[in-house]
Amino acid sequence: MYNAKYIIPGLVIFAGIVTLPFWINLCSPAYVYPDVAKPQGQVTLQGGSEPVTVNAGDACVEPGAWMRANHMSLLLDWRDAALREEKRVYVASDGREWNTSLQNTCMACHGNKADFCDKCHDQNSVNPYCWDCHVVPQGNNHEFK
Amino acid sequence: MTIALGASLIILLIGWAGAALGLQYLLGVVLPLAAAVVFVVGFIWRVVYWAKSPVPFAIPTVGGQQKSLDWIKPSRLDAPWTNTAVIGRMALEILTFRSLFRNTNAERGTINGVPRITYYSSKWIWVFALLFHYSMLVILLRHARLFLEPVPLWVGVVEFVDGVMQIGAPRFYMTDALILLALLFLFARRLNSEKLRAISLPADWFALFLLIGIAGSGICMRYMDKVDIAQAKVFIMGLATLRPVSPEGLGHIFFVHLTFVSALLIYFPFSKLMHMGGVFLSPTRTMRINTRQERHINPWNPPKKYHTYAEYEDDFRDAMAEAGLPLEKQPEPKADA
Repeated sequence: MYNAKYIIPGLVIFAGIVTLPFWINLCSPAYVYPDVAKPQGQVTLQGGSEPVTVNAGDACVEPGAWMRANHMSLLLDWRDAALREEKRVYVASDGREWNTSLQNTCMACHGNKADFCDKCHDQNSVNPYCWDCHVVPQGNNHEFK
Repeated sequence: MTIALGASLIILLIGWAGAALGLQYLLGVVLPLAAAVVFVVGFIWRVVYWAKSPVPFAIPTVGGQQKSLDWIKPSRLDAPWTNTAVIGRMALEILTFRSLFRNTNAERGTINGVPRITYYSSKWIWVFALLFHYSMLVILLRHARLFLEPVPLWVGVVEFVDGVMQIGAPRFYMTDALILLALLFLFARRLNSEKLRAISLPADWFALFLLIGIAGSGICMRYMDKVDIAQAKVFIMGLATLRPVSPEGLGHIFFVHLTFVSALLIYFPFSKLMHMGGVFLSPTRTMRINTRQERHINPWNPPKKYHTYAEYEDDFRDAMAEAGLPLEKQPEPKADA
């Protein structure tokens, strides 16, 4: 091999950079799904034509798996529906009707940014600009698991 | 092009059908890890193979005035004669694709009714190649968030700049659109010109289709057929810590993307994409242009037998003296004369 004094360091640098994720994670503990606060107990939703009481544990507007992947689109759809089209009723895929409102519906159960939103967002470097305008929810009116 | 398109569609099908048939472990764990090994080992093999080829001659491309006499202004970067200048030339080549900037196009036409060929500077390929490569770099850097915990600050900075237009949720990244635009231009460029179409091989199309497939499936996964990013990170961290976890529940599109990426990694060391490593091993760029200052001798030249004039004269001195020819060294006078 010619020019080994350049080729070998170059290849070592290349292999080092490419396999960097493996080296960095060599001694790191097993990575687990973020521990998101799941709401519990009875929650009363205000803001609709009349208050509705739901079981917070299994009451999300859409199924949990769908929400985990698509909540950001739903939030934008709700913003457009509520603020731009003045449609305040959201018909979910299972036929239930919800009041299209971040404050009164979403945050009735998920009322703590630090325990809910930030768990996944911080670990996945997601930085939505919701809270540029909205007040950061810091507490909840019901207990967590 | 048909062969390349067919091969790319087969990879797409393998990704989709494999996920649908429950081959998640094979496609998600075995294939990417094997592909990573092939990529690294293949890359090193290829570079070592190149490094074994001798470069007996000084063959750098001279892109400007070579250094010669003091009163002729030399071009330091286009005809570098020191190692520092070569590094400068290489840095510009790698970071700004300087030789692609010199791309010209030839076109047949008529001037004053006479058929002529016209050469003109053509920068589009340079613009879009630059766009593609830098978008690819930004996208690769952005993917670090899925491999590192905690996510380093610089990833957030890259994401902020890339998504600074604040369009939609999940945030729209400029590089997602630019990489696709650049790839589609490079595709259309080959497709449009008769000359290029004729010289394009399946390998040329395949690399483009693979990259379009990767960018397309990634964009699709982010903006349309979304997957739970938190679960994707759990799965990817399982690979990065070499403790694979079950890929159960991840959408098919994730496996399509992963299969495309694995195919690229496997294909990479054996393809034209090796220009990533090859650019560092191009003697036409990495050699000093010092052919006026130093004599380069091919080490392979067989040893030459010389017969100098002095030796010639030694052989025939007496005969030459007798014939009255001029001599550099006169014959010694005979002792008995």
